[in-house]
Amino acid sequence: MTTHYLVLSGLLFAIGALGVLIRRNAIVVFMCVELMLNACNLAFVTFSRQVGNLEGQVIAFFVMVVAAAEVVVGLAIIVTIFRTRRSASVDDANLLKY
Amino acid sequence: MESQIAEITQHTGGVIGVSWLMIAFPLLGAFILLVFNRFTNRWGHLLGVAMSLASFVVAVLAFFELIGFGEEARRRAVHLFEFIPGMPGEPPMVDMGLLIDPLSISFALLITGVGSLIHIYSIGYMSHDEHRRRFFAYLNLFVAAMLLLVLADNYVGLFIGWEGVGLASYLLIGFWQFKPSAAVAAKKAFVVNRVGDFGLLVGMFVIWTTFGTLAFKDLAAQTSGVENGTTLAIGLLLLLGACGKSAQLPLQSWLLDAMEGPTPVSALIHAATMVTAGVYLVVRSGAFFFHEGSGAALAVAIVGAATLLAGAIIGCAKDDIKKGLAGSTMSQIGYMMLGAGLGPAGYAFAIGHLITHGFFKADMFLGAGSVMHGMNDEVDMRKYGALRKVMPVTFITFFIGYLAIIGFPLLSGYFTKDGIIETAVHHQPVLGWLAVLGAGITGFYMSRMVFMTFFGQKRWADDAHPHESPAVMTWPLIILSIGSIFLGGYLILSNTLMLFLSPAVGRPAELPEFHFTSVPGLATLALVAVGAAFAWMRYGRVEVPAVQPRGNFLTTFARRDLYGDALNESLFMRPGQWLTRIAVFFDNRGVDGLVNGLAAGIGGSSGRLRRIQTGFARTYALSILIGAALLTGALLLVGNI
Amino acid sequence: MSPWLPILMAVPVVGAIVVALLPKGSDKLAKQVTLAVSLLVLVLTGVMAAGFKPSGERFQFTAAYDWIPSFGVKFGVGVDGVALVLIALSVVLVPIVVLASWHDADGVKTADGTLITPKRSVKTYFSLLLVLETMMIGVFAATDIFLFYVFFEAMLIPMYFMIGSYGGAQRSYAAVKFLLYSLFGGLLMLVAVIGLYVVAGSKTFMFPELVGAIQDPTTQKWLFGGFFIAFAIKAPLWPVHTWLPDAAAQAPAGAAVLLVGVLDKVGTFGMLRFCLELFPDAAKAFTMPIVVLAVISIIYGAIVAIGQTDMKRLIAYTSISHFGFIVLGVFAMSATAQSGAALYMVNHGFATGALFLAAGFLIARRGSPFIGDYGGVQKVAPLLAGFFLVAGLAGLSLPGLSSFVSEFMVMIGTYSSAAHGSGALTVAAVIAALAVILAAVYILWMIQRAMNGPTAEPVKLFKDLNAREVWVLAPLIALIIGFGFFPKPLLDVINPSVHQTLTNVQVPTSTIAEKGTGQ
Repeated sequence: MTTHYLVLSGLLFAIGALGVLIRRNAIVVFMCVELMLNACNLAFVTFSRQVGNLEGQVIAFFVMVVAAAEVVVGLAIIVTIFRTRRSASVDDANLLKY
Repeated sequence: MESQIAEITQHTGGVIGVSWLMIAFPLLGAFILLVFNRFTNRWGHLLGVAMSLASFVVAVLAFFELIGFGEEARRRAVHLFEFIPGMPGEPPMVDMGLLIDPLSISFALLITGVGSLIHIYSIGYMSHDEHRRRFFAYLNLFVAAMLLLVLADNYVGLFIGWEGVGLASYLLIGFWQFKPSAAVAAKKAFVVNRVGDFGLLVGMFVIWTTFGTLAFKDLAAQTSGVENGTTLAIGLLLLLGACGKSAQLPLQSWLLDAMEGPTPVSALIHAATMVTAGVYLVVRSGAFFFHEGSGAALAVAIVGAATLLAGAIIGCAKDDIKKGLAGSTMSQIGYMMLGAGLGPAGYAFAIGHLITHGFFKADMFLGAGSVMHGMNDEVDMRKYGALRKVMPVTFITFFIGYLAIIGFPLLSGYFTKDGIIETAVHHQPVLGWLAVLGAGITGFYMSRMVFMTFFGQKRWADDAHPHESPAVMTWPLIILSIGSIFLGGYLILSNTLMLFLSPAVGRPAELPEFHFTSVPGLATLALVAVGAAFAWMRYGRVEVPAVQPRGNFLTTFARRDLYGDALNESLFMRPGQWLTRIAVFFDNRGVDGLVNGLAAGIGGSSGRLRRIQTGFARTYALSILIGAALLTGALLLVGNI
Repeated sequence: MSPWLPILMAVPVVGAIVVALLPKGSDKLAKQVTLAVSLLVLVLTGVMAAGFKPSGERFQFTAAYDWIPSFGVKFGVGVDGVALVLIALSVVLVPIVVLASWHDADGVKTADGTLITPKRSVKTYFSLLLVLETMMIGVFAATDIFLFYVFFEAMLIPMYFMIGSYGGAQRSYAAVKFLLYSLFGGLLMLVAVIGLYVVAGSKTFMFPELVGAIQDPTTQKWLFGGFFIAFAIKAPLWPVHTWLPDAAAQAPAGAAVLLVGVLDKVGTFGMLRFCLELFPDAAKAFTMPIVVLAVISIIYGAIVAIGQTDMKRLIAYTSISHFGFIVLGVFAMSATAQSGAALYMVNHGFATGALFLAAGFLIARRGSPFIGDYGGVQKVAPLLAGFFLVAGLAGLSLPGLSSFVSEFMVMIGTYSSAAHGSGALTVAAVIAALAVILAAVYILWMIQRAMNGPTAEPVKLFKDLNAREVWVLAPLIALIIGFGFFPKPLLDVINPSVHQTLTNVQVPTSTIAEKGTGQ
């Protein structure tokens, strides 16, 4: 049982990571990050259930809170970038180049 | 032949107790003239003369006080101050003090006496120079330094004076420094002298290491009178120093160029006093390191003999009257060195010749200066001629000097030079006969000089109006020429000088007796006569060409100063320039290049490394992922999970 | 506990703050305040030095305050003879440099008449100067090795800005090179300082308590290396010298004087105090290689100096030669040589200071540092030429001027040193003595080209020294001549502390013991 959940969590994480790496649209990248976070959450909850205490579930809540905060800041940045550059592509924001 | 040198006694009080005034007066003069600068322009020269005379007075008083002591007590040391203190609780390393003894006081009298005369002469000679005050400041500085050189009671004090006169010489040769030739000559004199100073310096190291003292007094107690490897080394090193200062082979080349200085300078520094410092050094150190018959002493004599010939040969070919006299100075100092290399038997003659030479050479240099003064500073003897009528006083005094230097019987030079030759023939026959030969050449070149300058036809430049010099210049000439006549006989005939000097330098067991008809003496006279006659045939009887004719090989050899400069140039100067260039290149490209290369290397590699920063967020994300995967893998590998 | 040294260090800092807080545009006031403060420090130091007893305790005017108690770091100060004369040197030079730099911070004129403007304001320059003074006093006064290290590194900061912001055309390059070189050495020294603390295990950085703490020869060698490389870069010793010509040539003349005259002395001072006393066995083991480096510095510096065309670079290279003498004296393991070396540190500060300043005045008139751009200065500006000559003569160690005494003591002490079976050091002394000839060449050739000969066209417009410039040079020249004949006041202070150093190193401390057995 645990194994299935964990395999699913791993798959979701892998999909999320792949999405972050290959998609250009900032919104999609963002959603992929969320996907990764939720994959982690799934793993936490799974372990929590298996071990039989609540710590994993508490951490999952923490992750959700952080994710929510991240969405607030992240979306704001994306919107600002879109306003100045008329583009939501992450590759256009490369000011950190050498 | 035991040398009997008196002990040195500590002395306080009296004139000798304040003998430092001898140095202080001219030093004060130089100080005032240099510091108060143009405010002293009007009376600066008078102050200079006064200070020199004051010093002379102190020297005379000290001299009389000294001869008031018994012969054995005539070496008085005066303590001045602690110069280099030792470690806590130990005696000072160098104590500064003066040594007033017959040797040093003889020098002091010569320096201040002839020095004062030359000061007076310079009032006239330099009267048209806008920097006359500075000239007197330098002259005073020279006198002070020279007195320190001869009066100091230790080698360090001597060395300070030694370099002090070098400085004064540098300043005075370069007095007309706006002439590039004068500036170069001044620098050359100083640098060549420094080569000699290197010898003196290292000599002092060896003395200190071996004997633990640099004071003459303590050395006298420690040196045994026997030569060994160490004292031979010291002797040769000191000889190197002496060669530099006294323009002896192989460090002779600076003296001829030094004639760029004003003529009184040539007379005082480069004839009468400074260049004889080497002789002083040898005689002063004689009891310690130049024992009679030792290798070091022999080296001194050989150098002397070689230089007396070289100087004489150079003197034969010079048309520049001052350079001719400079060659002759080299040669005469060669005689002194030869005498000084013969031990106590020769010291008195060497010093005697030094004193008489101080008179007659200063006389002739000043005479030459007087001629130049009347001839618009022309120095080429081919443009002189027949000057005896228009410059009678100059001519007569110069002629007396000339007779003295060629050793005309009964004049000063005759006695002192003959003394050296006789002693040399007795001790070192080969060198002695070379000295005889040298005397013959002297007869030739000095006669040539006199004939070209004062006899024959006028070959003056069109704008030349020769005239006799003012009294302020002729009186010193007259006084010097009187000395040139009588001094030698007085000093030598009844061994006056030898007896006087003996407490300081020792004397031979048997006092020499002067023979007017000895073989070497007669041979010398004969050769001098031949030389003079030959000069008459070439320069007196026939017209002297106004343009220098092309000489044969030997003449060119002499005109080029025996290729001394060429030798220095090819042996030291050019290799030195190359070495400098290579060193600079090595420093810029090699040492600094390595450093800059390292910096460039680091800069370059970081430039390449930063290309990793593409600016694409996804690249960074990938590197994070890879990093995380690697870390996880590593942790799994070590089995901590 | 004596308040003297903390006060001496506090006064310039307070002055620096005051100067920095002055309103904009009050440049003249800033200069005057700086001069007043530096003179006050000079007077205070004079009063303090008068109370120094050469025969008393080694470290006097000591004070120690806890600083970082958990590591045993203290703010510990105190001076021995050598430190005292070096502090005296620093506080004498600062007011002279202030007076000399009166217009330095206004920009550097170049030969074609353009002005290189400084990056920072005039009052900042003088404020930095005062900060530097505190650090110079501190670095010599520190008896806590950690404190010494802090000052050693912190000194770089004001100097970095003085070169980098007020220097000539290549100032940035020179300043960065100077900083990187020094930092590299400082890093090695930091490692050695920490190593010393750990190995000694006595929970203190106080120098007197650490003397003799390290006994193991191998440990000594490693720690010695860390300290020595830092000091060799600072000194600078061949082959880590190339930062000096660049820094000295680009720095304004006043800063160059402090750089060469005082900052570099920290290197040789450190060798004398820390390298020798903390690691005596290592110092003895490394004597020969160091002596070889010193002799190379002496001759190499002199030869490269001869070939320079830039006046300031030439003087910098002569300093490398002179620092070779100082290092030679420090490591010759002889009382005479070491006293001479300590004396040389002071004398070199005066002599090279005078030469740099005279050259600076010359360059300020023409804008070009190149010797070939001058000629015949003597005729139009005899005072300037005269001072330049005397300073130059001090640079070539003319007897009767102060540097001669020290050079003579170093050479004669090295020659007669019994260490390492006298042979090798004897040879070293003789080779070093050759520098007297080379010194005459580089100084007199420069003077011949710049001062003598026919007057060059742009030189004809030169004005001779003004009163301010005379007041800058005259005290230095007076000191050079005065100590040339009476070095006793300095040596009386230096000798006991050298004696103590050599006792700690266990080398014969007597000049008499060095003497041979006679014949």
